[in-house]
Amino acid sequence: MGANTNFEKYKSDGSVGGNVLEWVDARFPLTSMWKAHLSEYYAPKNFNFWYFFGSLALLVLVIQIVTGIFLVMHYKPDASLNVNGIPVAFASVEYIMRDVPWGWLIRYMHSTGASAFFIVVYMHMFRGLLYGSYRQPRELIWVFGVLIFLCLMAEAFMGYLLPWGQMSFWGAQVIVNLFSAIPLIGEPLSVWIRGDFVVGDATLNRFFSFHVIAVPLVLIGLVAAHILALHEVGSNNPDGVEIKKHKDANGIPLDGIPFHPYYTVKDIVGVVVFLMVFSCVVFFAPEGGGYFLEFNNFIPADPLKTPPHIAPVWYFTPFYSLLRAMVWPFFGLDAKFWGVVAMGLGVVILAFLPWLDRSPVKSIRYRGPIFKALLILFVIAFGILGFLGTQPPSYAFFGVIPGAPVAQILTVYYFLFFITMPWWSKIDKYSPEPDRVTM
Amino acid sequence: MKKLLTALLFAPLLAFANGAELHLDKAPDVQGDKAALQNGAKLFVNYCLNCHGASYVRYNRLTELGLTEDQIKDNLMFTAEKIGEPMRVAIRSDEAKKWFGATPPDLSVIARSRASEFGSGADWLYTYLRSFYRDENRPTGWNNVVFENVGMPHILYELQGVQKLNAEHKLELVTPGKLSAAEYDKQVADLVGFLVWIGEPQAGFRKSLGLGVLAFLAVLFVLAYALKREYWKDVH
Repeated sequence: MGANTNFEKYKSDGSVGGNVLEWVDARFPLTSMWKAHLSEYYAPKNFNFWYFFGSLALLVLVIQIVTGIFLVMHYKPDASLNVNGIPVAFASVEYIMRDVPWGWLIRYMHSTGASAFFIVVYMHMFRGLLYGSYRQPRELIWVFGVLIFLCLMAEAFMGYLLPWGQMSFWGAQVIVNLFSAIPLIGEPLSVWIRGDFVVGDATLNRFFSFHVIAVPLVLIGLVAAHILALHEVGSNNPDGVEIKKHKDANGIPLDGIPFHPYYTVKDIVGVVVFLMVFSCVVFFAPEGGGYFLEFNNFIPADPLKTPPHIAPVWYFTPFYSLLRAMVWPFFGLDAKFWGVVAMGLGVVILAFLPWLDRSPVKSIRYRGPIFKALLILFVIAFGILGFLGTQPPSYAFFGVIPGAPVAQILTVYYFLFFITMPWWSKIDKYSPEPDRVTM
Repeated sequence: MKKLLTALLFAPLLAFANGAELHLDKAPDVQGDKAALQNGAKLFVNYCLNCHGASYVRYNRLTELGLTEDQIKDNLMFTAEKIGEPMRVAIRSDEAKKWFGATPPDLSVIARSRASEFGSGADWLYTYLRSFYRDENRPTGWNNVVFENVGMPHILYELQGVQKLNAEHKLELVTPGKLSAAEYDKQVADLVGFLVWIGEPQAGFRKSLGLGVLAFLAVLFVLAYALKREYWKDVH
C-alpha cells in the first residue's frame, strides 16, 4: 500500500479538515486499496468465457455464507428423536422448508449453491490447466487454490451430514471409517474424529461447528491470500504471455485495462447468466435429478438400516472412484488404506502442477498435440471416474463392460498424467507465443 | 469438453442398463386439480393417518387446497385439537414396531424419498399401492410386487379387492372390491397426488415465482450487456 502522505493535511485534533474520504484515507488505505485491487489493477484485455468463473466462485461463496447465516438461525444440530420419533436435525430442515417464511428458498439456494460451487470451481481449475495459469510466477496462487479446493471438500462433506438423512449419515460413516484403515492409529483416530464409536450426536455437533465456523474462516483467509497473490503478480490470460513486458510511459501494461470498470461490468453479465442457470435449478429442479439432493436423504438417518448403495454427492465421485480403485493390500496393508492414500494424493498432486509442467509455453493455444490429446483424455477420464463413483462397484456399461476395471485403468491414467508430465510436456511440440495478447 | 458433456448427458441413461429393473406405472399428475387433492386428503386421513403421521404438515396448510378451516376441522381432524397442529398419529411407535415389525414411516416427504432412476416418487407410490397381493406366508397375509416382504398390509383392499400372483408371476384380481379397476386407480392417483403435494406444499408457488425471477433476470441481462458493450467500445 502507498505511504500515508495525507496526514499533514489534518488538524492535530484529528477533526475533518477535508472531505470524509480524505479523513479515512489518512487513517486507513481505502483509496489506495481501491486503486491497487480495482481501478488501477490492470488485467489483460483478452479474457474469454473461462475467466468468468473466478468472480462467480466469489459470488457463490457469498451466497453460501449469507444463506448459511439464515439457516443457522433455524437449524438444530440434534440427533435425538422428537415427539414424533424423528431426529430433531432432520425435522428442523423440514421446519425451515415449511414453517420459516422463505425458508425453502434459503435452503434450496444453499443446497444448490454447494453443487454450483463445485461446478464453478472445477471450471475455474480447468481454465488454469488450459492456459497454464499455475506456471511461474503464479505457483502460489495455484497452491492457495488447491488448498481452497481441499477446504471446500471438507466444508461440503461436513455440511452434508447436517440434514441428518440416510445419505448424510451413511456417507459420513463410510468416509470417517476410512481413517480407521491407517495402520496403528487408525481405530483411535476415527473414534476421535467421530467423538463416538458410530456417527452420532457428537459427530453432528462437531461437524456443525466446523461447517459454520472453522472451515469458513480458513476458507475466507485462503481466498484473500489467493487474490492478494494474484494481484501481486498480475493475471495470466488465454495467450499465456506476460502483459507486463510491454508498458507505456506511465508504467501501465499496453494490453492491460483497469479491472474496474471494464471487468466489473463484464462480470455483471456473467453473474446474471449464472443466476439464470442457478434459478432454473433452485426454482424448477432443486433436487437436480437426485444429484444435488439425493432422494435417499429424504429418509431420516437410521443407524440400524444400511442403504443398499451408498454414493457420495456427485462432486466427490471422481475422487471416490480413485479410492475404490485400490483393491490390493500392498505391503500387507489394508486395501482401504491405499484407497485413502490414492484419494488424498489425487487432490494433493494438483498442488505440484507448477513444477511438473516443463513446457516452454503456457497456453493450450501454442502447445503441441501431446498436451491437447492427453488433456482431452484427462477430462474424459475425470468425467467417467465421476460417473462410476455414483454407481455401485458392480456397475457395467451397457450391462457388459464392467465398471470396476475401467475405473482402475482410468485411475492409473489420472496419476500417470501428472507423474509423466515433466517428460511429455518437455518433448511436446509447440508454436511460438505472440509478443502481445490477441483478441 | 463436448465429449465430456455428452458423456455426462448419457450417464443417467446408462444407469438403466444395470441391476434389477423396476417397472413403474406413470402416476397421473393431479397437482393442478384441487378436487382430486382434497379427495386425496380425505383418503389419507381415513386410511393412512391411523398408522403413518405427516408430522411436518399442519392441518391449516390444507386451506391451500381450497378448504376452509371449518371444513378441515369437521372432516379431516380426528387426532388434533387445534388447526395449527401437525398431522400426528395416535399409534405409539414402539407398539407399531411390535405389530408390524417396523415403525410406519412418517409420510410427509415419502414422495420425495421414493424417486429413483426408475421413475418419480409418485410413480413408485402409484404402482406400490396397486401391487399388493395375497401371500399366506407373510404375517399380515399380504405381500407386494414393488416392495417385497413389506410390513404393511393392504389397507385399501376393500376398495381394490384381492389380487393374487398367477403362474406367470402377474397380478390377477381374484375377488373384486367396492371399486372397479379404473375407479380404484383414480382414487390411488388422488391419494398419491396428495402425498406429492405434502412433500413440498410450496412447489407450485416456487415454480410460478421462478418464472418471475427469470423474467427479471432476462431484463437485467439486457441492461447488463448494454452496459458492458458501452464500456468496452474503446477496448481494441
